[in-house]
This record gives sequence, structure tokens and C-alpha cells, in this order.
Amino acid sequence: MLINRRLFSTSAAALGAGLALPAVRAQFRVEISGVGATQLPIAIARFRDEERNTPSLSISGIVRADLERSGVFKNVDAPGALDENSAPVFSEWRGRAADALAAGSVSRLADGRFDVRFRLWDVVKGAVIGGHSSAVEAGDLRLAAHRISDAIYEKLTGVKGVFSTRIAFVTKAGAKYTLRVADADGDAQSWKVAAFSDEPIISPSWSPDGKQLAYVSFDKRKPIVVTQDLLSGARREVANFRGSNSAPAWSNDGQMLAVTLSRDTGSQLYLVDRNGAIVRRLTTSNAIDTEPAFAPDGVGLYFVSDRGGGPQIYRTTLNGGSAERITFGGNYNISPAISPDGRTLAYISRQGGAFRLTTLDLSSAGAQPTSLSDTSDDESPSFAPNGKQILYSTKVQGRDVLMTTTLDGKIKARLPSPAGDLREPMWGPYGR
Amino acid sequence: MMTTTMKTMKLSTQTMRAGLAAAVFAALLAGCSSVKLDDVPVESRTGKDANAITNANAGNSATGGTSQITPVDLTDGKGGLNGVGRVIYFDFDSYVVKDEYRGVVDTYAKALNADRKKHLMIEGHTDERGGSEYNLALGQKRAEAVAKSLALLGAGQAQVEAVSYGKERPAAQGNDEAAWAKNRRAELNLK
Repeated sequence: MLINRRLFSTSAAALGAGLALPAVRAQFRVEISGVGATQLPIAIARFRDEERNTPSLSISGIVRADLERSGVFKNVDAPGALDENSAPVFSEWRGRAADALAAGSVSRLADGRFDVRFRLWDVVKGAVIGGHSSAVEAGDLRLAAHRISDAIYEKLTGVKGVFSTRIAFVTKAGAKYTLRVADADGDAQSWKVAAFSDEPIISPSWSPDGKQLAYVSFDKRKPIVVTQDLLSGARREVANFRGSNSAPAWSNDGQMLAVTLSRDTGSQLYLVDRNGAIVRRLTTSNAIDTEPAFAPDGVGLYFVSDRGGGPQIYRTTLNGGSAERITFGGNYNISPAISPDGRTLAYISRQGGAFRLTTLDLSSAGAQPTSLSDTSDDESPSFAPNGKQILYSTKVQGRDVLMTTTLDGKIKARLPSPAGDLREPMWGPYGR
Repeated sequence: MMTTTMKTMKLSTQTMRAGLAAAVFAALLAGCSSVKLDDVPVESRTGKDANAITNANAGNSATGGTSQITPVDLTDGKGGLNGVGRVIYFDFDSYVVKDEYRGVVDTYAKALNADRKKHLMIEGHTDERGGSEYNLALGQKRAEAVAKSLALLGAGQAQVEAVSYGKERPAAQGNDEAAWAKNRRAELNLK
């Protein structure tokens, strides 16, 4: 059920996310640009007893930050003490221009776990429209908060939330490279180490079930593609052929990976199975073919080729056949990512000397590319599993940072980067 | 310094000429002031490479040829071969091994020809601009260009492996042309 929206319109000003709670303060910065970004006003009350029971993190603060970063919501102040059992005076909340209200509580259970509860009200209708409770270990409190955000987001927009999904990225600090997995908000408290090395790590790619990462390791003094089970840490070389091995992309059924190999000279696309056996060669050209990306139908395959001169994005199929050129604007278009509905291509386009996150509507012939950023070192775009946001890396004041943006480019958030460079991000799938 | 006289080999006139050019080039880089075209003694800085570096250009033709060559320990991957640098630089957006590196390629080709057990890793690199994967492919193109030059000079295919680091291992930091020019390169590591 969608709420009867009274949409809040912002002006062109860039707004800092004025988050009230210390636990989430300065974790990210949201920038709103462009006229007419519309957002649903929501009040998230401080959860009862959260300061006492979970002093290191604020459930309500995380929910508020999640909703704001999505670009769909505008946080409205929620003064006073409320919890999931309260009976809000809806006229008061309407007076504060809130369309929705959420409140909840955090309590400690006898076994040491936490009981996290919330309720969601449609202020306009004056009705309860959602809520749940969950008992979680301390290590899953952030996940519990993100799941509340997901529930609120889905209830109010009709679209599944992605706040409880995870992202993978690589940090570089000095000469140390670390492959990390974090909550979708990138909060440093959620960072987990998947692998580390003195050699570079690039191109992490999530398996469709979210249990494995494929990536390119240089530990053997050359690029090879490995897969790693996140739970057990078990690693497997799936492409360690003569020459370079790179650019892994999982097939939609998770049974195979498309990779770039130079085993037959030149960089060409191949399909390998999960044990590293070559299933077949996918492209045969005298040019560079790399960066494969599967279409949601599981058969279409987008990739980068410079067969026409500069690098452009092409589409072919797993069944072979000729490659169709997709991008035409400019002479350098790389790093294709396809939205889950298959309608939008996100990629990096060089404009002048700047490398910019760009999208192209694949569903309408003759659509023009849209630039989503005004930074000049954008890289590695990937879609959120609900297709509503794009995660990418860029450079800000000489440091590599991660950004999320809505597809219209109007709401951008810089993910926390406590130290070093953050690069090579990829947004993981649903399910956790 | 130790001096070792290497065995001589018969070579075709063409190879001979290229070999001499490389030897002269190497000798110049090694700081030798004179080149005598007769039997070719080889100087080894470390001694342990005395047998490893076989001098393929030593000839006994009518013109004869003698040159001093200074081999450098390659096991750490830092030094060059026979005083010749181990890095080949490329122009912007280019994958062509420039003429000025002919001597480098010749020298490595000879080392590979002389000892079929030798193995050469060629690492291609790019400057920092653009995406990591496309740059990896561009670096591969550079490494393969060097590998092809070596193959044309007789290096065995199994002896040479071209790989790429893309933009991941810049030799110089900085984001100007001076740094970029140092990063567009292929590094040669003989083992």
C-alpha cells in the first residue's frame, strides 16, 4: 500500500544531512542538487531505550540516515518520547508536515540479545501501516536497523529496500590493499575484511546469491581471477591462464563467470565454469574486449571493445552472434552496468578530460546519454539491486571515495572513508 | 669486477649487425669508452651471472667484434640486462615499441636465445587515467608488443609471458604528464 503522499519539494541548494544523533553524525554527507527533487516527509522518533541499551549505535539514527540517503525521504524532526505502543496524535504530526511516522524500542533480552521493535503510521490517514519485532545478537543490530529501513521504504514506495544489502570495495592504505564487505551505507563499523594483500586487488564481483566474491588478485605477480566464499574464506583460482586474467562477471545462475583472458594474445572474453575450466570463447576480435556484464535475461552480454577505435560498449549474447554497438557519444565509454530491469545502462564516459558517471536509456531508441556527476574521476558503477541507486567511486581532493547517487543524479551521498583510498566498489545482491 | 670471456657463436650477418648495435648501445650505457671488435669479454658486476649471461653477439666474422658488456644481477628484478634498462616507455595512447628501445629488445632477445631455460615476464603498465580494467587491457597490449618484438628476434614463445598491471602499480606518483610518461611502460623481468 502506498501512502498518500504530500511530497516535499527542495530547491537547488545543497543540503547537509543535519542528523541529530551523535552515533550517526558525519558518517555521510548527502547532497541534493537540481530543482524539484521530491521527497516524502517522514518523522523517525528516537527509539525508546536505545541510548541506554545500545549506546554505540543509534537504531533510529541509522534508519533516518538510510531513508535520507535513498533520496526518497525528507526527515522531519520527531520531538517527544514515542515507541511502538504509542498512540500518536496525528493532527500534531500533520502540523509538522510529516506524512509518515515511525517509532520503536530497543530492549535487552535475558539471553543477551536485543529485541528491536518498530511501528509505522500513515499520518495522513491516521493508521498503522507497518511494524515488526526481531531479536538479534549485538553484532546484528545494524542489520536490524537496516531491515526497519527496508520495511519502511517498501511500505511507502512499493519498491523493495536495499538498506540491508552489502557492498564490496577495496581500500588502499599505503601499499596495503584490503578487500572489504560493508553494509550498503558503507558505515565503518560494518566494515569486514574479506582479503588483504601487498599486491593490488581489483574488480570484485558478487555471486548472485551473495555468498561469494570473484575478484582479480595480483598475488602471483600477474592478474588472476579468484573466487572466495565469504563465510569460510575458501579461495579458488578460476582463471590463472598464461597472460592476464581479469574482469570477472558471474552469470545470472551463478554457475559460470565471464572473464577477460589474454591466453590467446589480446584481451578477449571467455566463459569459465566455477572450477576454472573454459566453457567457450565469447569474442573473437583483433581488439580489446573486456568488462563483461550480463543482462538480466542472462543471455545478453554487454562489454567494452575498442574494435571501432576508442573503447565503446557493445552487446552480444552468450549464444554468439555479432556484437551490436550501444554507445556512440564520445570516444571513450567503459565499465558497463545494467539495471536490474535491463532498461538503463550506467557507464563511465570521458568528456573532455573528465571521466563521468553516465546513463543511457536502453528502452527507447535514440535516447541521449545523461551525465550524472560533475566530478572527473568516476569509476566502477554498479546498480543497487532495486535499481534505484548507483554506487561508484570518484576522486575528491585527491582521495578515492565511494558515492551513491539516485538515477536522476539529484541525490548523492559520499560513503564514509575514515582513512586511505576506497575504490572498486560493487553493490551486492538481495539476501543476507 | 670479474671478467669472463664468453664462448663465440656463428651468426648471420643480419643478426650480427643488430647484435653489434646492441652491444655498442649496451657498452655505451655501461660507460665503456672504447669498443674493440674482436672476441667479446663480458664483465660481471656480481660474478654470479658470469655464466648466465651468454653473449650471443660475439662473432668471428671478417670484421670481428669485441665489446665489453656489463651484466647486472637480474634476480631482484631491479637492474637491467647488460647495462641496458629493463623498462620500455610508451607514448600517450601508443602501443608501439619505439626505435630507441631496439637495443633493449635485442639484448633481452639474445639472453633468451642463448639460454632457452630463461624466462621473461613482461609487465605492461598504463598511466592513471581511465578505468582499471580497460587500463589492464591496454597494459597487456604494451606487454604483448614487447613480446612480439622479442619473438621476431627468435625468443621462444614459451620463454616470454606478457602480463599487465594496468594502472595499479604506477612508477611515479602525481597526475601530470611527467608522471604519466613514467607510468606508461613495460617492465622486463628475466628469471
